[in-house]
Amino acid sequence: MIIDIKDLSIRYIMGDFKDIGLKEYIVRKIKGDFTVREFWAVDGVTFSLEKGDMLGIVGTNGAGKSTLLKVISGIMRPTKGEVRVEGNVSALLELASGFDGDLTVRENTYLRGAMLGYTRDFMNKKYNEIIAFAELEEFQDRPFKQLSSGMKSRLAFSIACLVKPDILILDEVLSVGDGGFRKKSEDKMMEIIHGGATTILVSHSLDQIRRLCNKVLWLDKGKQVAFGETASICDKYKEFIEKKKITKK
Amino acid sequence: MLEKFKKHQFLFEELVKRDFKNKYKRTVLGMVWSILSPLLMLLVMSLVFTHLFGRKTPHYTIYLFAGNLVFSYFKDATNGGMNSLVANAAIFTKVNVPKYLFLLSRNVSSLLNFGLTLIVFFVFAAFDGILFTWKFIFLLYPIGCLVIFNIGLGFILSALYVFFRDMQYLYDIFTMLLMYVSAIFYTVDTFPIAYRNLFYLNPVYVYITYFRRIVIDGVIPGVVIHLFCILYAMIAIFIGSWYYKKYNYKFLYYL
Repeated sequence: MIIDIKDLSIRYIMGDFKDIGLKEYIVRKIKGDFTVREFWAVDGVTFSLEKGDMLGIVGTNGAGKSTLLKVISGIMRPTKGEVRVEGNVSALLELASGFDGDLTVRENTYLRGAMLGYTRDFMNKKYNEIIAFAELEEFQDRPFKQLSSGMKSRLAFSIACLVKPDILILDEVLSVGDGGFRKKSEDKMMEIIHGGATTILVSHSLDQIRRLCNKVLWLDKGKQVAFGETASICDKYKEFIEKKKITKK
Repeated sequence: MLEKFKKHQFLFEELVKRDFKNKYKRTVLGMVWSILSPLLMLLVMSLVFTHLFGRKTPHYTIYLFAGNLVFSYFKDATNGGMNSLVANAAIFTKVNVPKYLFLLSRNVSSLLNFGLTLIVFFVFAAFDGILFTWKFIFLLYPIGCLVIFNIGLGFILSALYVFFRDMQYLYDIFTMLLMYVSAIFYTVDTFPIAYRNLFYLNPVYVYITYFRRIVIDGVIPGVVIHLFCILYAMIAIFIGSWYYKKYNYKFLYYL
């Protein structure tokens, strides 16, 4: 098993402590106007993935999808439960962030590569391929901030995918770029999966998940609703979403 | 530990490059400016204070320069260190990288800047008739201690800055006050001996004093100063890394 998650729960805290100053903190503490709310962002999730699996995660906003990915990629620690991940993880959470606008495209490519844990030699070898895949040959020495948001995402995707990670995490990634690039990136994804990588994909496009994934995890408000066969869960999820729309109306 | 560093060496190098490029905006003038601004400060200070304090102090300009040199390195490194977490939040909330790398890379670029100013300082010293002896090698000791001290304080400040966003203003006020008690432009000789010893409670003063003893007086300071140097550095790095470790996974909630 590449990824094995048992009864995973993550407690998240929210409240008045964000973007607060020391002075305000003291004043609020004295007035008793300081509240911190705890809630379980992910609550009792259990699943496991084999080599070559592609998991789609579905769920409405605030279902805990991103938090779950943060734990798998090692950014957060679980409050309860167990997470076992074998192999190097290449995670793309919110693609275009974390680049430096003042550096050039080339410098950003190396910086991002370094963040994902590649070596310099490796980047030297792969650099041209990455730029070619992202179709940014003419922009290599331009400051990164001059790129359009589609171009930025293309670059981020290319860096993460051209390196054959053991585990690839994609958060709302395949919805970037124009039609042509989207097709290309999906093909690339399939190539990675066939190469034996395990992939986790978060997407709001059910079509995409049906097309690409062999397993689906459905989360709702942190709780695990279902895990397993793609087709049946997608059908149920679709029903659930439509019902929700009707009740809202 | 070493293996871990090796694994992240590439990232560390790229971060240092990024900080350096961003600091100087890839211009030669940017680099010149970073030397020019302490020199300008020195010029104004020596014009004003030489009349007030400088008549009895030998090599007063060098005395002033040594104080400014050490203090601005301290200020630059800790200010940058304080920013290192918040400024890189977009990275470490999305990618799993060790957070201390951001602090260390910021400290490296401050240290390089300090090195540049140090060369200018030596040029000034030579013009002022300071004799360069083998004892100058001992300057590596306070520099080393100061580097560790700055990193330790950077750990603490960067964590605090994540929690309290007005830290920057508070720290500005703090450094200003600290500057006045660091004996940068005056000498402590005029104070009664009991007061004079109080100055040793200020780490920056200790490092400045070490510098002046070597460069101006040409003597290696006593054991006590050596102990103070290493003690402050150890306290800072110990508290800093403990604090960092404790909150390492909590920063995320605040950003």
